[in-house]
Amino acid sequence: MPARRPRRSDPAAPHDDGPAVLDHASADGLRPNGTGADRPRRSRRRLWIVCGQLALLVAFVGAWQGLAQAKVIDVFFFGEPSGVWRQLSTWVQSGTAEGPLWMQAWVTFQETLIGFGIGVALGVTFGILLGRIQVLADLLSVYIGAANSIPRIVLGSVFVIWFGLGMTSKVALVVVLVFFNVFFNAFQGAREVDHGLVANARQLGAGRIAVLLQVILPAAFSWIIASLRTAFGYAVTGAVVGELLGAQQGLGTLIAQAQGDFNPDGVYAGLLVTTTLALAAEGAITLVERRLLRWRPQRPQSP
Amino acid sequence: MRRSVHCDPEGPGATAPPPSLTLRGVVKRFRGPNGRTRTVLDGLDLTVKPGEFMALIGPTGCGKSTVLSLISGAARPDGGQVLVGGEPVSGADPRTGFVFQQDAVFPWKTVLANVAAGPRFRGVDRKDAETRAHDWLHRVGLSGFEHYYPHQLSGGMRKRVALAQTLVNEPRLLLLDEPFSGLDAQTRQIMCDELLDLWEGTGASVVLVTHDLEEAIALADSVAVLTAGPTAVKKEFAVDLPRPRRVREIRFRQRFVELHEQVWSCLSDEVRIAYARTTTAAV
Repeated sequence: MPARRPRRSDPAAPHDDGPAVLDHASADGLRPNGTGADRPRRSRRRLWIVCGQLALLVAFVGAWQGLAQAKVIDVFFFGEPSGVWRQLSTWVQSGTAEGPLWMQAWVTFQETLIGFGIGVALGVTFGILLGRIQVLADLLSVYIGAANSIPRIVLGSVFVIWFGLGMTSKVALVVVLVFFNVFFNAFQGAREVDHGLVANARQLGAGRIAVLLQVILPAAFSWIIASLRTAFGYAVTGAVVGELLGAQQGLGTLIAQAQGDFNPDGVYAGLLVTTTLALAAEGAITLVERRLLRWRPQRPQSP
Repeated sequence: MRRSVHCDPEGPGATAPPPSLTLRGVVKRFRGPNGRTRTVLDGLDLTVKPGEFMALIGPTGCGKSTVLSLISGAARPDGGQVLVGGEPVSGADPRTGFVFQQDAVFPWKTVLANVAAGPRFRGVDRKDAETRAHDWLHRVGLSGFEHYYPHQLSGGMRKRVALAQTLVNEPRLLLLDEPFSGLDAQTRQIMCDELLDLWEGTGASVVLVTHDLEEAIALADSVAVLTAGPTAVKKEFAVDLPRPRRVREIRFRQRFVELHEQVWSCLSDEVRIAYARTTTAAV
């Protein structure tokens, strides 16, 4: 599987961005982050975009509802937005068959987060170790490659047999899905670390551990963070699919039950809650990314 | 006249005398991509006296940087000896500082953290390390830029950070690998003058690798011309220009012009050989 490139500029060449300022420049002579003149224009444009996005949503939902009411599409199979809304309010007001809605969401969220955490930790650790220690890479790369080509979602069934219907089997599936995603990026990131930076750190007096923690890890971080978004998507998928395969709690269970009841609105409602969770978490990842990658030049705003 | 050694109250290292450096019959080979070994250094002899500023000059690709990596302990010679202060080099020596050709400041650390990194790696606690970093940032003229990230600085400013980062460790042997190669001519001159000022305050032994002859003569006490690979020292020239020097002015002195003439006539043959080799290799 090819490693994903970092989203912004290449970390190996973070300096080649735009013209450098003159030497002896004063602090205010530095490159500004955006000129004041085009700021109102940009914010007006932004407003238009958001309005357009909302219009698209309204048009889609409206068309769906309209077609359902005009009996062009069959509500029995395809559901309708008002049905989804009714299903959601029922769940919120009187709870689901498994208990309150927030509880189901919390179960899924927990599985996602725990699995994501473990998967990322393992992926980063192994990725960096194999990226830096050639012998380990030579020994293990065959097996990691082989494991990567297993259709891993199927492992969910195995985990249900091993760990039962509880949370552990879902967490295990999430870990497996997240691990490979993060591993390959961390591996590539650790390999691509600028040799000069390592040499410099050594010469300045850094030991092996300091080089690892203060040079390799931050350098590989642009690569790792690029994989976290997709990895989180996989984490949510893993948790929900794990629940679909067999569970007593969680959003996946709700979806599975709705499916069993021929209730498409219930499936959509479950999906909606799942998506909301995933989006919120992705927002959190973006915040973490901004905080941790402050040192990188900002990508020029795309038009 | 030799420069006086200022004692730095913050670092005990500065009180130590600068070490001598001896390379005796040094051989270094590399395995090429086709599996054949290529001899880069062949019987290189070089002596740098304590506190001396030595410039190595030679055609491109002649293995100048290899000499520095052997002295720094990053690489080992395949033959001969590399002695710092009379002792064979093994691994990174805490007395040695190395300013690399490429930008090697850590892009994820602020300017202050970059300069404090050396002392921090060596076990100095954060507060002391930052005090020393502030001091060196002041000396290289970067006060006020402590909390900037390297990408927010110009090339010349990043070079200053690199210099401060190395000098804060108070190296007694300073290795400079074409330290100003990426900079424009004016910035280069300014940086050369600043380097001289900083060095005259520390009294360390220096080995400067460069392909700029004017820079070599203007900065160094002696200039060693290297042969086009396999590399050895062809000839050494003593630069008997008075110190303190101003790089911008010294170029117009009669003695500078004479030295330039002499060293260039020695160097130009090697440059021609190296050039001929690159063009025939391309055919």
